[in-house]
Formats: sequence, structure tokens, C-alpha cells
Amino acid sequence: MGAYDLFRLFFPYILSGISIGGQYALIAIGYSMVYSILRLINFAHGDVFMVGGLFMVFAAATFPLWVAIPLVVFLIVLLGFTIERVAYKPLRTAPRMSVMISAIGVSYLLQNLALYFTGGLNRMYPAFPWISDTISVFGVSTRRVTVITPFLVVALVFALVWLINNTKVGIAMRAAAKDFDTAQLMGIKINSVISTTFIIGSFLAAIGSILFFTNFPAVFPAAGAMPGLKAFVAAVFGGIGSIPGAVIGGLLIGIVETVIRGADITLGPTGLGLFNRSLDIAAFSDAFTFVLLVIVLVFRPTGLFGDKPTDKV
Amino acid sequence: MKKKMFIALTLALLMTLAACAPAAPATPAAPAADAPAAGDAAAPAADGDMPELVIGLFQPATGANGAGGRQESLGTIFANYRQPTVEIGGVMHRVRIEQVDNQSSTTHGPAAAAELVARGVHIILGSYGSAVSIASSDVFADAGLTAIGVSCTNPNVTRGNDFYFRVCFLDPFQGQVLASLASNTLNADTAYVLTLLGDDYSQGLAHFFTEQFQSLGGTVIQENFPEGTSDFSGFMTNAMNAGAGVIFAPTSAEAAALIIDSAGVAGTDIPLLAGDTWDSPQVLDAAVRSGVSVMVTTFYQEGGAPEWDAAFKEWLNANPAQLANNGGSDVIAGFTAMGYDAYMVTLDIFQRAGVPYPFDQDAIRAATWETSFYGPVAGLIEFDEHGDARRDTAFVKTVNVEEGAWEFYAAQRL
Repeated sequence: MGAYDLFRLFFPYILSGISIGGQYALIAIGYSMVYSILRLINFAHGDVFMVGGLFMVFAAATFPLWVAIPLVVFLIVLLGFTIERVAYKPLRTAPRMSVMISAIGVSYLLQNLALYFTGGLNRMYPAFPWISDTISVFGVSTRRVTVITPFLVVALVFALVWLINNTKVGIAMRAAAKDFDTAQLMGIKINSVISTTFIIGSFLAAIGSILFFTNFPAVFPAAGAMPGLKAFVAAVFGGIGSIPGAVIGGLLIGIVETVIRGADITLGPTGLGLFNRSLDIAAFSDAFTFVLLVIVLVFRPTGLFGDKPTDKV
Repeated sequence: MKKKMFIALTLALLMTLAACAPAAPATPAAPAADAPAAGDAAAPAADGDMPELVIGLFQPATGANGAGGRQESLGTIFANYRQPTVEIGGVMHRVRIEQVDNQSSTTHGPAAAAELVARGVHIILGSYGSAVSIASSDVFADAGLTAIGVSCTNPNVTRGNDFYFRVCFLDPFQGQVLASLASNTLNADTAYVLTLLGDDYSQGLAHFFTEQFQSLGGTVIQENFPEGTSDFSGFMTNAMNAGAGVIFAPTSAEAAALIIDSAGVAGTDIPLLAGDTWDSPQVLDAAVRSGVSVMVTTFYQEGGAPEWDAAFKEWLNANPAQLANNGGSDVIAGFTAMGYDAYMVTLDIFQRAGVPYPFDQDAIRAATWETSFYGPVAGLIEFDEHGDARRDTAFVKTVNVEEGAWEFYAAQRL
């Protein structure tokens, strides 16, 4: 089998892996940023992503797209902001575990509200002109959104890194991440910094939800659970708190997951012929993600790009 | 501060609940839906002297099979609308429907079943979805209640359970029909079979399909996807790489919409083949949107009983909530027709049992074994030694992409 055949065999999987990985990355950044400042794993984040999909289903049915998209992004940002103000801010001085439990509560609240308003049935996500169109990349047919996603993710990450490195609020964020209490003592308005973090995280989740549901157009109450969990694993894998780490983690999980999904065919009798009967590996593509989580936590708890733990005396 | 916050939050919560309540989305709406609790159900209705026959509708309204469950329920509710009373043993009875939502879930199913039993129903109809029927069958048997499966096609629903009957055909039959379609009609040598991990319906039908397809000389490549999968693009690439001549995907209609969408995006011209669950407006929409070729087997083909079709559509279109439960269109699904026939056969059983309220469950079960009833929509119902209706016909239909409608292909017998 020549190099070209190998390329033809694996390229479709890698292409869709990069795309879904980019979408995980956008969600993972939200987890990562919130964690680095509040040391909180915001379990509601995946559900905010799902609500973004649901809002779009309803908004696109009422408004033209150029109104619907900004409106949905705005509403999701508002939702993220409100969740922080209502469910996390009052618990600022409470033990960290209380905030975490509050986050789980918000997660289930959003899922159940979604269940209520959808009646528990799938809603078809609207098809957007241009980005939903089918195109051909090196002979592989896919949606335009698949190709746009990685570029958009990279652009957003550069913008975000610039913001963190060069703006006043960015400096404040870094300070708060380094040492929450000292930052407060230095006169940083910690509440507005935290709100900004949630606003940015929710904004990225909203963009992520547009990309994700354009590709997989069914929105249901649990639609945010799996992508949310995988994005969380991506954030841990990359080193929670690190933005480039979240992106690389997301892309890696996306690619490996899709490649595993294709492993029976690409490695089996119809592909490279490494084994001659189906091993049903495809069913384990999700399991892989969580095995990875355990391995990373055991062998490298700070992830690929995480801060080395410093012993304080 | 804290106290104020607490009060404010509590008030906000209460107000949200209050605001939400009247806007309740369409649960399969029958007047009986929010009806009396346990004690009342067993007693004759207060208004008028007519005793009640209470039919328990054990169907999903949410979850993976929610859409199908609602459509099946519509058939039964329509039947109740058309024939709300029945004379049993010389006494007129009002027929009332009690509904629960089994959430398409094998974990919630038995609890929902127990609730129906507690509400004092006299017979059970359902469920859409074999897995939840299998999981809940013992609850009905323990209560001594006869249950009639409407569209659950897995053989294990009635095996070893003398209380469970069913009016539809079975997967061994459906699998054979599908395999011969794949092999003879679609001329496929290789079938790519895509199933939901751990789902009785999906795995069962795939098993019978595979058996028959292999005996016809074909090769089967089967892959499983875990529940909650949204991304089917990899599986479609797999099917294309494997050189499949047909993709057979016995899944829920929800997964079907995503599978069809992925197939459309992948630009494949491999036809998609599936069983009764795909007879759904969601599948039709997705297929029309993505222009892929879809073929399904089902229990009833629209046009088979034109008068019934017209009456059902008129009733459906008169109420937006009912129309929403049918997926927003008035296309008739095969299991809606089965839901209607199941209600009618139930009345026939009670009439032949001949014991008026409060009924005799043994007589009902004895009468059920003796059933020979011509279902007004989907034909003759007679039960074999397992309690399964003897069925020898499956209707095959395809999606006509240009017209955006189902097209009758053939009535398959074996």
C-alpha cells in the first residue's frame, strides 16, 4: 500500500477529528480559564453549550440569521454571567466543595429545564448557508464548517492569549490565577475579573455550539454532557489552567477518538489487514477518552502544559 | 444579605415554575392524562353510572424513543376518541386511557410500569421499544395483568411470559425480509451494520438480519456506537472504506436523523436500510434534506385503509398539540396504525371475556389466547403459542426525495 493510499485511508478520520477536536477545544478553554482563577470545575459548562444549541433552534425559527447568531451568543454570555453571579459568587468564601456541588446543581437544572422545554425530544439544528454546505477536501466530502473550525479556533486562541498578555483585565486575570487573595489585596476588582472570565468562557462555548451542532444537527437535553466531559478531559490532559494545553488536548482527543472509531476498518481486513476479523474497537472510542483521563491523572497530574506544583513551606 | 438572597432565589424559583406550568409542552394529550390518582381509577367514574374500563398506555414520551412513543400513543388515543364506550357482558363501559412515560429507559421503565399497575388499570398496551418492554414485562406478570405489545418486535418480549402478547410482526421475520431486500433488491454483497451498544432491539434485529444475509452469501461488517453518539461521520467513512453495498442501521429515529445526515455529508450513494423504527417523520425530513436513499420495513403503509387515513388526519390536524406529537406533519407512521388496532383488539378481548366491571383477569387472558380479530387498519390478529400475532407481511417503503414523501415499494411476504 503506497503513501497515497495510506493518506486516502486515514485522511477522512483525521479531518473530522481535527474538526470535532477544535470544538472540544473551545469548550475546554472555558473549563480551563475558570479553573485557573477560581479552582472550580464548572460542571455546568457543557450544559451552557447545549443551551446555546437550543436557543439557536428557537432563535433561528423566529429571526433572520444575522439577528439570531449575535442574539444567541449574547444570551449565552448572559447565561454564563448569571450562573456565576447567582450560583457561585455567594459561595466565594464557602469551602471549594460547596461551589463544585453548586455547579453540579446548575448542570442538572439546565438539563432538566431543557427537558421541560423540548419535551425530551431531539430538535433539529438549523442549517446555515455557506458553513453548512458540503464541500470536497482532497476527495473527501465534508461540511465547510469542518474546515473552518481549526482556523477559527486558532484565531480565537491568539486573540485570547493577546488579551491575557496585553490588556489590563488580562493582567488582572493572571494575577488572580497566580494568587487569588494577594490579587485582591493589591486592589484588583476580583468580582469583575471573574465575571469577565465567565463571559469569555461562555462566548467560546457559544461559538463552539454553533460549530458543533452545525456538524451534528440534533439538540437534546443531554447533548452537552458528552462533549462537556470530553472537553474537561482535554483541559486536564493539556494541563488545566493552560489555554494552549486545552487546545492541544482537545485536538488530540478529537483526532484519536475518530481514528479509533475507524480502527476496525482501517486496520482490519478491508484496510491494512493487521487482523482478519472485526475486534469491535469502534465501540471503545469514548472509553479511550476516560482511560486517558485516568492515565494522565496518575502519571502526570498537571497535564502536558500545567504548572509544576510548588511546595510551599 | 444571605437570608434576602435565599428568599429572593426561592421566590424566583417558584415564579419560574408558576410561569412554566401553563406553557406545558405537548405531552401526548388525552383528557385522561392528568386524571385521578390510584384510588379513583379503580372505582367507577363519578359522573354518570357507567363503569370504566381503564387501559394503561405504557409508552415513552421522552428519551431516544420519545417521538415514536408519542406517535404510537396517538393511534390509541384516536381509537379511544372514535370508540369511547364498549358493551361488555351486557353493561356499557366507558373506556379511559391512563398514560405513563417510561422515558425509553430500561431503568425507569419498571417504575413507570409499577405506577400504571398502582393506578388500577385493567390492561396494558405498549411499549414502543423492545428493551423497555422486556425490562418491564415481569411487573405486569406479577400484577396478573395482560399486556399487549404494540410495536416491540424483539422475540424476547413475549418469551417465557404468558401475560405478554403482541400485535406486530417479529424481528426474525423482519430481519429476513430486510436481508433479502439487501441481497436481492439492492444487490449488495457486503452489508455494513451499525447498531447501538447494549440495545435489545438494535442488537436483536441486527442478529437476525446478519443470519439471513450470510446465508444468502453476503458478508456482514458490524460496528456498535455507544449511546449519546452525535458524530457518525467516522462510521460513514468506515462503511465507504469497507466497500459496503448497503448500510443497515436498526436504531432509534433520533440516531437515524444523525446517521442520515452524516451519510449525506459524506456524499455516499450507499442506500440506507432499516426496520420499523425508521418509519418516522424525522427520518423522512433528514433523508429529504440530505438526499440519501433510505428504505424501511414497516407495519402499515398509508393508503392501505384510505377512510381510516382520512379520519385520522382530520382528527390530528384539528389539534396542534396532537400534530406536534406526530412530529409536526400528518404523515402516518406504521406504529400509529398498530396503536389503533391494539386498542380495538383490546375491546374485542374484553367483549369476548364477557365479564363486566370489575372484570376477571383470568377470563381476559383466556380470551386473549382465543383472539381472532380483523384489525381495522393492519389486518388479522391471531396469537401463536408465544402470544405473538401471526404476521406474514411487511410493507417496504422508500423516501422519494423529490416529492419529500414516503413511497410504497412492495408488500413483502416470506
